[in-house]
Amino acid sequence: MARITMREAISRALWEEMERDPDVFIMGEEVGVWGGSYAVTKGFYDHFGEKRVRDTPISESTIIGAAIGAALTGLRPVAELMTINFAFSAMDHIVNQAAKLHYMFGGQMTLPLVIRTVGGGGRQLGATHSQTPDAVFAHFPGLKVVAPGTAEDAKGLLKSAIRSNDPIFFIEHATLYQVRGEVPDGDYTIPIGKSKVHREGKDVTIVTYSKMLETSTKAAEQLAATGIEAEIIDLRTLRPLDMEPVLASFRKTNRAVIVEEGWRSFGVGSEIASRIYEEAFDYVDAPIQRVAQKEVPLPYNRTLEQLALPQVEDVIQAVKEVL
Amino acid sequence: MEKEEYLDLYHQMVLIRRIEEAAALLYQEGKIGGFLHLYIGQEAVSTGLISARLPQDRVITAYRDHGVAINCGVSADMVMAELLGKVTGTSHGKGGSMHMADVHKNFWGGHAIVGAHLPIAAGLALGDQYKGRNGVTICMFGDGATNIGYFHEALNLSKVWNLPVLWVCENNQYGMGTAVDRASAVSEIRQKAEGYCIPNERVDGMDIIKVRQAAERLLADIRSGKGPYFLEVETYRFSGHSMGDPERYRKQDEVKRWEENDPIGIYDHYLTSNKIAEEAELDQIDQKVAAEVQASIQFAETSPEPEPADLYKHVYFDK
Repeated sequence: MARITMREAISRALWEEMERDPDVFIMGEEVGVWGGSYAVTKGFYDHFGEKRVRDTPISESTIIGAAIGAALTGLRPVAELMTINFAFSAMDHIVNQAAKLHYMFGGQMTLPLVIRTVGGGGRQLGATHSQTPDAVFAHFPGLKVVAPGTAEDAKGLLKSAIRSNDPIFFIEHATLYQVRGEVPDGDYTIPIGKSKVHREGKDVTIVTYSKMLETSTKAAEQLAATGIEAEIIDLRTLRPLDMEPVLASFRKTNRAVIVEEGWRSFGVGSEIASRIYEEAFDYVDAPIQRVAQKEVPLPYNRTLEQLALPQVEDVIQAVKEVL
Repeated sequence: MEKEEYLDLYHQMVLIRRIEEAAALLYQEGKIGGFLHLYIGQEAVSTGLISARLPQDRVITAYRDHGVAINCGVSADMVMAELLGKVTGTSHGKGGSMHMADVHKNFWGGHAIVGAHLPIAAGLALGDQYKGRNGVTICMFGDGATNIGYFHEALNLSKVWNLPVLWVCENNQYGMGTAVDRASAVSEIRQKAEGYCIPNERVDGMDIIKVRQAAERLLADIRSGKGPYFLEVETYRFSGHSMGDPERYRKQDEVKRWEENDPIGIYDHYLTSNKIAEEAELDQIDQKVAAEVQASIQFAETSPEPEPADLYKHVYFDK
């Protein structure tokens, strides 16, 4: 085991997969000479060369469209969208093409494609650069949506994504890159589509993922000091959604809080709560609570921005509501 | 070309024409659902182009794709079965008129979002360039597609990366019902390629010989590593944009004028006046095609529907 940042974990996954398979290549804005706008691909250009670390024009549709075409020929592109906010410029290729081609042509086209992107607020970047629209992308059958919350998961899931034969939308969180975690040495993978018990507890189930895993863990630690043991389920993959660990935990605690960074309406929490009500209604002892972003475009001002984002105190408050 | 190939091209053009006419009738009978865009009038374009390709060359097009499928070697049976939504169709009944493909014949669809397949074409070409294969990707699209952002992004990337793509604009004079000069600042569409330093030319798309000759020359150039090329093909669709088009945007005498330039008539005249074929030989092909189309309808109508369990098949590749 080594204690490394999530940035290093992602970088190592990419590096190792590129060493392992010459058909894996990276394309995107500033991935090459610059070294990645979040420094994830620093050193790649010099080592792998311009054929496999391809700087693109600022053309999001064509970054994804061309990656789809290359994937159709059997290559394994990792296409990077500098931020998830720019994914909207490529929405047609993500939604109408990547998510559809395998099905629509009767299975004859396969897309071993990874779209890596970065989301999340909290860095005073204003409304257009701070979104957490993960639920939007999780809406479409045909696409798989992965959003790791730890360095270990990030590395193992990204390796699985690169080896997968389906289009994967891989969402990293900008404020997690510096966070350190224990990562196993050497090659390992973590399966896509598996939720996980991140912290055991008996009193309440907190369902969360990505950045909010950190927030929820802090809340659970504070709650533990007051004698409340929260069980945390990390979704890790939003589509396909693995509800088994969530339901198993809920049948034990009978109470749930869902914590997400995106907006509440039509969000991840809405989906999880519905599934619990549908599949474990007899176990419900209190109305399920959702902690999410306030329903406003994120403002620049630091105080206002933090007011809009879910905080540790919000999670603690929600847990107290359901107990 | 040998005589056999000349006759084969005639066969393909007539087969497309008759399939489209049959499809129009089946649509009116309610046997074909959704949208139906016919290729009647444009047969010389894809027949000329695709006949010039080598087996390793990929073809990708927009939603007016039945004829392109035929030219790529997809059988009339499979085209008709897809139109009827049958499991024996090109896309197992899941694609329909606008989404036919056969990757084993290097036909990569059949794409119904205007312009969206141009970046995909760039990626197909990137795949060949990356692996050092000497294939060229032939990407066909309409005049309307040259007004959307994808077109400009894809052309730019193809030049920046020197990708082996032949961009082919089928200028049939209208994007749905909007005439080219009402939608495009540039009425001679090939000029748009100038903005990306992509060599370009224009060819008469009603004359298959001219299309074929241009395609042969340009494919050889691209294959030799010269990067992308842009070919504007002037053509005309004799039917509406899709079934049920009221055609308020064009006058009947304009349609008549173009119909006098019927690409099959032009080719028929070329073959007989150059003594490549006798009229009787062409008549024989016409009769053969009529039987083929009847057989394809029979095949499609008697083919099974997809099973309900097929609904969930092919959402993902990995289990």
